[in-house]
Amino acid sequence: MADVKKIATRESYGNALVELGKAHDNVVVLDADLAGATKTSIFMKEFPERHIDCGIAEGNMMGIAAGLSTCGKVPFASSFAMFAAGRAFEQVRNSIGYPHLNVKIGASHAGISVGEDGATHQCNEDIALMRTIPGMVVINPADDVEARAAVKAAYEHVGPVYMRFGRLAIPVFNDEATYKFELGKGITLREGKDVTIIATGLCVGESLQAAEILAKEGIDAEVINIHTIKPLDEKLVVESAKKTGKVVTVEEHSVIGGLGSAVCDVLSEQVPTRTMKIGVNDTFGESGPAVELIKKYGLDSESIAKKVAAFVK
Amino acid sequence: MTNQELKSTANEIRKGIVTAVHSAKSGHPGGSLSCADIMTYLYFEEMNIDPANPKKEERDRFVLSKGHCAPALYATLAQKGFFPKEELLNLRHVGSFLQGHPDLKHTPGVDMSSGSLGQGFSTAVGMALAGKMDNKNYRVYALAGDGEIQEGQIWEAAMFAAARKLDNLVLIVDNNGLQIDGDIKDVCSPYPIDEKLKAFNFHVINIDGHNFDEIRKAMEGAKNTKGQPTAIIAKTVKGKGVSFMEGKAGWHGKAPNDEELAIALEDLKKAGEA
Repeated sequence: MADVKKIATRESYGNALVELGKAHDNVVVLDADLAGATKTSIFMKEFPERHIDCGIAEGNMMGIAAGLSTCGKVPFASSFAMFAAGRAFEQVRNSIGYPHLNVKIGASHAGISVGEDGATHQCNEDIALMRTIPGMVVINPADDVEARAAVKAAYEHVGPVYMRFGRLAIPVFNDEATYKFELGKGITLREGKDVTIIATGLCVGESLQAAEILAKEGIDAEVINIHTIKPLDEKLVVESAKKTGKVVTVEEHSVIGGLGSAVCDVLSEQVPTRTMKIGVNDTFGESGPAVELIKKYGLDSESIAKKVAAFVK
Repeated sequence: MTNQELKSTANEIRKGIVTAVHSAKSGHPGGSLSCADIMTYLYFEEMNIDPANPKKEERDRFVLSKGHCAPALYATLAQKGFFPKEELLNLRHVGSFLQGHPDLKHTPGVDMSSGSLGQGFSTAVGMALAGKMDNKNYRVYALAGDGEIQEGQIWEAAMFAAARKLDNLVLIVDNNGLQIDGDIKDVCSPYPIDEKLKAFNFHVINIDGHNFDEIRKAMEGAKNTKGQPTAIIAKTVKGKGVSFMEGKAGWHGKAPNDEELAIALEDLKKAGEA
C-alpha cells in the first residue's frame, strides 16, 4: 500500500465540517484552543463567525455546546479524545447525554498514534467511556473517505454522537465513488472462512494487510470494518462468527471496554465463540514516532497476522 | 405584579415546595425556599414565557444550575400553569416527570437538565451565545448556589461569558451562606463573590434576595447593562419562610415529616395572612 494516498482522519474532520458548514447554516464548531491540531481551523478560515474557541476549558465547552443545541444549533465540539471523552466525561454524560441533546463531539488524537506527546495525550479509553452513555452513538472511521462520510452522517442523526479521529496520516482504501456510510452498519471488506477479523479505525487498514499475509500462509480471513461501535452491527458480527467459528478484534484502544468488549458482549450472549482481543493491553502508551509505537504495541499488519495465525492453529 | 402580589405568589410557591418534598420523603427544601422569591420574580414579572407554549422560540430561558433546588422550579412552573399543581405530589416518585433534578426531556417549562453542580451555568452561556449569533432578543437567566460556585466550571463559564460580552445573560447567585457540610465560609470560602465576578468582568449587583424592590431594580439594571454579563448576588436565608428551617444547614437535603409539614404550612399560612 506504499503508493496509496495517506490522510489523517482529523484532516477529514476539518474538511467535512467546511462542507457541512456550506450546506447548513446551523452548523457551529467549538474548539478548546486546539483548532490547529483538531483541524477545525479549516472551518474557522471559512466560517470565522461560526467557529467558537472556548479557550482551554473542555468541560465548559461541552456545556456551551449543549446550550447552543437547545437553541437550534448543531454544535461540533472538538478537542483531543483525552479531553473530550476523558476530562469532560461528566459534562458529556450529564449536560449532553442525559438530556439527549443534538451535540456532535469530534475527538482527534485518539490512541497511541498520537506519537511523541506520549501517554498523557494518548487516549485508549474513550470508546469505553463513551459507549456506556445511554443514547450516545460512537463512530471510529477507518480512512479519509469514511471519516468525511461519518461527519455528514453524524449531522443527519438527531442526538449525541462521538466521533474518533487520528493524528497519523493513514492509507485511504475506500473508493469515494462507491463508498456508502450507514450508521450502525459494519462493512465486510474481505470474505473468508477460517477466522473473522473485526477491526475499527486505523486498525482496519492494518487488518486488511494482515489478511493478505495470512492468505499466503493458507489462512482465509474475513475482515469486517466496524466504524460504528455503538450501536454495534450485531447481526453482521453474529453471522460471521457462526461462519468462521473464530473471532479476532483489533483496535487502537484498550482491550478493556472498546470494540473487543462490545463484540464479546454480543457473542457471549448470542453465539459463544472463541475470541481474541488485539488492542492496547492494560497499559499506558509512551513517546515515540506513531508508526514505531503501532509496531511496538502490536497493532501493525505483521503483528496482527502473527497473532491471528497462532490463534487459528 | 405589585410587591404584595409577588409576596403572596412566593408564599404559594413555598407551600408547593414543602408539600412536594414532604411527599417525596427526600429532597432539598432549604435552598429551594431561599430562592423562592427570586423564582417568583423571574416567572411572574421578568421572563417572556408562555405556559401554553413552553418551547416557543423567542422565549427567555432559565437554567437552574443549582439543580437540587428542583422543588422551587417545579412549584414555580406549577404555579405559573405549566402543569397541574397536583403533580407536585409525584416529585421523586417512580415514573413521574418530576425527577429529583430537572429533566428537560419530560418536564414542560424546563429549559435544561441540571443537577451536577457547575454545569448548568455553561449551558446558559451557550443559550446566550446562540441568541447573540442569531440576533435574537431573548434573555437567559441562570441561578447558581453559593456553594456551587466552588466548582471550577462556573469560572470557566464566567470567563467565556464576559470575554464574549454576553449582556443577554444574568447569573444569579443564591447566597444563603450554607452548604451540606456547613457554613460556606468554613467549608471552602468563595468570598468575596462580588469582587471575584467583577474581576471576571461581570457587572455585579448585590441585593437582598427576599426584597422585591431590590430584585426588580437589579433585573432592570441587568437589562440596561450593555457589553458585559450581569451577576446578581442575592443575600438570602436558607429555609426562608419556614420557622424551624431558617438558617439551618441540616435542612439542605432533608424532608419534613408529617408534623413538621403541618408547622411549615401553618408558618406559610400566617405569612400569607400578614
